[in-house]
Amino acid sequence: MELFTNQVLAGIATGAIYACMALAVVMIYQAIDHLNFAQGEMAMFSTFISWQLMQWGVPYWGAFILTLALSFAGGILIERLLFKPLAKAPVLTNVAGFIALFAIVNSVAGLIWDFTIKQYPTPFGSSPFLGSQLISTHQAGMIGVTILLLILLFIFFQYTRMGLAMRAAASLPESARLVGINTSWMIALGWGMATAIGSIAGMLIAPVVFLEPNMMGGVLIYGFAAAVLGGLTSPLGAVIGGFLVGVFENLAGTYIPGVGNELKLPIALALIITVLVVKPAGLFGRPIVKRV
Amino acid sequence: MSAAEDVVTEAPAVEAVPKRAMTLGLGTSLVVLAALCLAPLFVKNFIIFQMTMLLIYALAVLALNILTGGSGQFSLGQSAFYAVGAYTSAILMEHANMNYALTLPIAGVICFAFGFIFGQPALRLSGVYLALATFALATAMPQLLKLGFFEHWTGGVQGLVVTKPDAPFGLPMSQDMWLYYFTLAVSIGIYIASVNLLKSRSGRAFMAIRDNEIAASAMGVDVALYKTLAFGVSAGITGVAGGLGAIAVQFVAPDGYTITLAISLFLGMVVGGVGWLPGSIVGSAFIIFVPNIAEGISKGLSGAVFGVLLFLVIFLVPHGARQVAMIAQGLIAKLKN
Repeated sequence: MELFTNQVLAGIATGAIYACMALAVVMIYQAIDHLNFAQGEMAMFSTFISWQLMQWGVPYWGAFILTLALSFAGGILIERLLFKPLAKAPVLTNVAGFIALFAIVNSVAGLIWDFTIKQYPTPFGSSPFLGSQLISTHQAGMIGVTILLLILLFIFFQYTRMGLAMRAAASLPESARLVGINTSWMIALGWGMATAIGSIAGMLIAPVVFLEPNMMGGVLIYGFAAAVLGGLTSPLGAVIGGFLVGVFENLAGTYIPGVGNELKLPIALALIITVLVVKPAGLFGRPIVKRV
Repeated sequence: MSAAEDVVTEAPAVEAVPKRAMTLGLGTSLVVLAALCLAPLFVKNFIIFQMTMLLIYALAVLALNILTGGSGQFSLGQSAFYAVGAYTSAILMEHANMNYALTLPIAGVICFAFGFIFGQPALRLSGVYLALATFALATAMPQLLKLGFFEHWTGGVQGLVVTKPDAPFGLPMSQDMWLYYFTLAVSIGIYIASVNLLKSRSGRAFMAIRDNEIAASAMGVDVALYKTLAFGVSAGITGVAGGLGAIAVQFVAPDGYTITLAISLFLGMVVGGVGWLPGSIVGSAFIIFVPNIAEGISKGLSGAVFGVLLFLVIFLVPHGARQVAMIAQGLIAKLKN
């Protein structure tokens, strides 16, 4: 029983990583109805920017805030320049665009900061949390930040005019335009917020997986799995999905024989496909009704 | 986040391509064929090898084109089918001492079954969800191939070495050249079969599903059957390409079939023009030669060059090589008058 509790705790700790990433995935899905395959790479790039700022002597929290602002602006810029013209294009073209973005960001990051693995600092320290050997203060901090982020997003979407406008633009663009919402800018805003959230995820993950251009590969798949499990339309679902995926991954690794580190990705695959087949809307998502 | 249900009028995932626009005219086809037949007589072995790979990737892109351009479904997971085909051929050749030519149909059939089965869950998914599921399949494939359980056959991380076949009947040509002509013959056969498939009743059913699924089912097209069938056919052809690839490269290893390969094939299709079968070879040339050229400019830059070129294609010629070919055709017609 103790093993079980320990594994669940450790799972929640890793789950926080996926929850962060899933939150970013859901944000952008809300805004544009697409999964951004370049999300992980954009987060990685933001993390590198913060690292570079720290190398130049900016203190952690200063670099954190600056990176958030830069990522937000960067996300909007990418949307305005590259994806706004593709808004009317078929899904296929958009997917190709995301992949192109993926390749460019990954390659440019490798070019500027090369592919060696770098240490990344944590603001929370890495001593054991409350005497537990399984969760470090960093992981506890990560869980805290994820939940805080979720609450802030909830307040933003439920209680501010801007949040309401963004929701309207996402669910019924035509009607939203008729009541005077600039839907095109709402999408850009969604990109900006998703990129900023992604950068937070990146900066929290980097101390665990270390900083390098390919650090996000596995994390993104798990983030997708978490988002799909929780429902692509629900930020709360994404976070809960993230924690569930983390716990599931750990328990499967402990109790199913033959599932070790080498089967991590196939587990994510199995999870994604099972959820999509059994309950395509996810645990907390709304089913989509097609109009003929 | 809103209480109302989402009501979506779904736009088709892929733009409709008229059936006639999917192939080349007879004259152009013959010229291209002649060029492909004669070229290897004048170049070095290494270039012949590259041309073989060009044909092999063209086959894989063609397979994706049938799936996406034909039936309107996505796949970012073609590398998984390619890997299964490659491993099937390699294992049959090395463990069962089977003739290389005989392993290809078997690879095709196994991949067809694999694709058909994978198509079952994929049935319920469309657009981004399908892209996601296939993306996950492609990422998971190398790890599955490395599994200790299969190691006896697959050789685990080390992979398998495949012997390159000699030219039969004592023909006076090098192994590379023989393999090129062999691949060319297989490719032509599959190309003709694909063109005919798209012209047939099944092909029309694919296209009806691509353009409007609900309307197609109202007209009596068995949507589930034809969608999975498209997946199966596409996987089968990719499997044959994978088998040929294994013979040409003489080596299979899990890390040769990562998501990068799947993405390359997808890019090849976009560059070649979605739904235009002859574009497959243009797309294949793009994914083989562009990284080489980019690498020549700067080592780390190849991804960036790739990405930028792709954006250029999306923005300037969204229909890929097909659009370029049409423009060229228009110009030639103008010159004649």
